Amino acid sequence: MGLEISFWILAVVTIISAVAVVWLRNIFRAALSLILCFLGVAGIFVTLSADFLAAIQILIYVGAVAILIILAIMLTREVEKGSLSNKLKIPVLVTTLLFLGVAIYAVINTSWSVVTLPPQEPTTSAIANQLFGRDGFVLAVEISAIMLLAAIIGAVTLMREE
Amino acid sequence: MEVGLEHYLILSTVLFSIGLYGALSKRSAVVILMSIEIMLAAVTVTMVAFSRYIVPTELTGQIFTIFIIVVAAAEAAVGLAIIIAIYRRRENIDASKIDLLKW
Repeated sequence: MGLEISFWILAVVTIISAVAVVWLRNIFRAALSLILCFLGVAGIFVTLSADFLAAIQILIYVGAVAILIILAIMLTREVEKGSLSNKLKIPVLVTTLLFLGVAIYAVINTSWSVVTLPPQEPTTSAIANQLFGRDGFVLAVEISAIMLLAAIIGAVTLMREE
Repeated sequence: MEVGLEHYLILSTVLFSIGLYGALSKRSAVVILMSIEIMLAAVTVTMVAFSRYIVPTELTGQIFTIFIIVVAAAEAAVGLAIIIAIYRRRENIDASKIDLLKW
């Protein structure tokens, strides 16, 4: 019962804050509601018994990505202009609602082969075994390390004064 | 009402649509990047929900979610660096005015 209540509260908070990100005129407030949206997603991970991912979500998104976005807003003086829409606002809205309807129709009418097993808890050691164990994802871990290095070097190169 | 896989999938579909609307209809490049982050969060919710309800004994969806988060962090860093570089050069990050490559 507690799971249901927390799911509905988190879902409402996440969706309202996501709408606020695209709705609010003040970009700084939009960034703050983006943080709330990320926190809601982390809570949804907890209801899915993915405890490690919830911690990672808070650490990386709320701790790093949101700070980067707020820093970019402050460096580009976007707050003065506000978050404006382009000419395609109405067609985009119609297309998005159409996509939403079709996707929800597809989700409801598909018979998912749901397995009613209890989830693994805690997940941290199981994820570590999957990532670094035999027949795991070690190659992907190494590649993502190289990709992060490339991203850091790229960001530094782009931001350097000529 | 029992919360099942469909609830999580519909939640992530709604989140993805909100992000899609923002990414396609906003002028400011920073807001477009924020909308893309919302879309990525929606995809991670889908991954974890499938991992929880379809294959609860393996954690493949959660592993993929970790890689999505890594790529999203790198994308945010490089994307914001590009936005700030454009702002230095043109004093403006309106995505509909940055059209040098547009035919």
